[in-house]
Amino acid sequence: MNTKINFAGIEMKNPVTVASGTFGYGREYSNFFDLGKLGAVITKGTSLKPKSGNKPPRVCETASGMLNSIGLQNPGVEYFAQNDLPFLRKFNTKVIVNACGSTIDEYVELCKILNTLDIDGVELNLSCPNVKAGCMAFGSSYDGVKTVTKEVRKVLDKPLIVKLTPNVSDIASIAKGAEDGGADAVSLINTLLAMKIDIYKRKPVLANNTGGLSGPAIKPVAVRMVYQVSQAVKIPIMGLGGIMTGEDAIEFMLAGAKAVSIGAGNFADPYVSLKVIEGIEEYMKKCNVDNIEDIVGKVEMN
Amino acid sequence: MPIQTYAKLIKKEEIIKDVFKFSVKAEEMVKTAKPGNFIEIRVSNQSEPFLRRPISIFNMNREEGILEFIFQVKGNGTKILSKKQVGDEIDILGPLGNGTFKFEKYNTVAIIGGGIGIFPLYELAKEAKEQGKRVNTYLGFRNKDLVMLEKEFEEVSDKLVITTDDGSYAEKGFAIDFLKKDFEDSSDIENSCIYACGPLPMLKAVQKYALENNINCQISLEEKMGCGLGVCLGCAVKKASSPKDNPEYFHVCKGGPVFNAKDVEI
Ligand SMILES: Cc1cc2nc3c(=O)[nH]c(=O)nc-3n(C[C@H](O)[C@H](O)[C@H](O)COP(=O)(O)OP(=O)(O)OC[C@H]3O[C@@H](n4cnc5c(N)ncnc54)[C@H](O)[C@@H]3O)c2cc1C
Ligand SMILES: Cc1cc2nc3c(=O)[nH]c(=O)nc-3n(C[C@H](O)[C@H](O)[C@H](O)COP(=O)(O)O)c2cc1C
Repeated sequence: MNTKINFAGIEMKNPVTVASGTFGYGREYSNFFDLGKLGAVITKGTSLKPKSGNKPPRVCETASGMLNSIGLQNPGVEYFAQNDLPFLRKFNTKVIVNACGSTIDEYVELCKILNTLDIDGVELNLSCPNVKAGCMAFGSSYDGVKTVTKEVRKVLDKPLIVKLTPNVSDIASIAKGAEDGGADAVSLINTLLAMKIDIYKRKPVLANNTGGLSGPAIKPVAVRMVYQVSQAVKIPIMGLGGIMTGEDAIEFMLAGAKAVSIGAGNFADPYVSLKVIEGIEEYMKKCNVDNIEDIVGKVEMN
Repeated sequence: MPIQTYAKLIKKEEIIKDVFKFSVKAEEMVKTAKPGNFIEIRVSNQSEPFLRRPISIFNMNREEGILEFIFQVKGNGTKILSKKQVGDEIDILGPLGNGTFKFEKYNTVAIIGGGIGIFPLYELAKEAKEQGKRVNTYLGFRNKDLVMLEKEFEEVSDKLVITTDDGSYAEKGFAIDFLKKDFEDSSDIENSCIYACGPLPMLKAVQKYALENNINCQISLEEKMGCGLGVCLGCAVKKASSPKDNPEYFHVCKGGPVFNAKDVEI
């Protein structure tokens, strides 16, 4: 049984990664298990300069999921390089840095620095719904995605994954923008723009009013989008959104994802990613799959 | 170091209406847990409700490996939890929080709690008392039906004042006024510290009093949480020292839940 994959040039021991913003820089969860069991760790969204994030409340629970409006709080790339990267490098796993900025120049400057670091790839966050400038603004049009991707590509030799927002009407064309801009892969989905109201206060629960929805509630939307994107681009796809079990992961892979990522599920169960890896292996045994890559995109439409 | 474990419920008691005390077997966890720590409980192994519920540690018996917590039924999560039966295993994560109650360097531990905020203060009172500190406890409740744990706190306090807002039980008024009075009479303020947990208006009043009078004060805070581990950066609380237009934050789960009253803006 072979669970190895090559994802956009990144050799992973299995297709299971942990999603940006839900695993910090790995430290906290390394108390629970060896991070070397994961295909890759994707870091918290990291920017050129430190960011302190949005006003609280920043999170709240919703049906089978949660909203967040963290606002990309992070210590900045310099701090990351000095403190978090050496720690992550102690584990036999791949390190992918989620990169965010508010202008094209910022993305480019950041990626110039990332290009010099001992990391395995960059995930360009063009999809955060919780910050005013940048991110989702670029991620919402074919041209925006293509332009940023193209500029970053010029300075980045490492594998480049572009993370897409689902808050668009035609996800396939957005993915095409990434491919045409020179991305090696796309990842989807980021959170769905959402809102929860406290009916007694008659105010939104989150201080930011809106936030991003994640968790099992969004899985069917994510699976549909992964399928649509798989029909539109040739580059590999990282699928995510509500994955909690091996079955969930397989569903994404059948829809066209070569790798998967686990986000908010980590909060419910710190061991969820290991359980997903085991679940994938069980499915492979049960269904006589020798090579995990063999099931990618193998859904047969009615 | 936090761990995740399935802790067997060995005793369950409804101490007042809709408030439950659970005793669970959690040998590993009580070895390292400190007063002020909390745990996060996953009440269902399904995706609904999705997040864990933060609940303070009320009491620990380290020899027998027993951890106790008390919770009020609020919404869906605590309702499901209240339905667990003796013998059931409860999925808990903990001990959580690096900011715990520190009392070693003080002679007098002045504890003030309100309503369901009194739970994390018991283990503090107990350990402080065991170490020979003077423990003065002030607990405020809205009315007599909500008064709880009087006997428990009495055993671990040198002085216990219970207040009710409406005077339907014990002293009438707010707990803070009784605490203030004792501090006014005290000659050992430098070696005393106030420890507070409870509703926000009470915490604000205590914080203000302590800061204005230069009294040491530690407060335990609540905020909506995602992970409980410091990963998601959800449960932010503003650093007092940071400017309004460019605020910086601590996180209740990692820096707290107990903070020095000087450090946070609540
Ligand atoms: C550090 C800490 C310690 C706590 N200790 C205790 C304790 O010892 N006993 C006790 O009864 N309660 C305690 N609470 C409050 C307790 O976590 C909430 O009452 C509980 O989560 C409500 O869940 P629910 O599903 O019943 O309510 P719902 O209102 O349905 O919950 C919806 C969501 O909001 C969150 N939430 C609701 N109220 C709070 C709150 N006050 N703080 C943080 N999140 C909240 C829930 O966790 C859940 O994610 C503590 C909270 C914190 C942050
Ligand atoms: C608390 C939180 C913080 C997040 N931070 C980031 C981030 O910094 N960068 C990013 O690209 N995505 C971020 N995300 C989105 C997740 O990586 C993921 O795309 C989304 O949550 C959907 O997956 P899930 O349902 O498994 O959580 C965050 C999500 C959550 C819940």
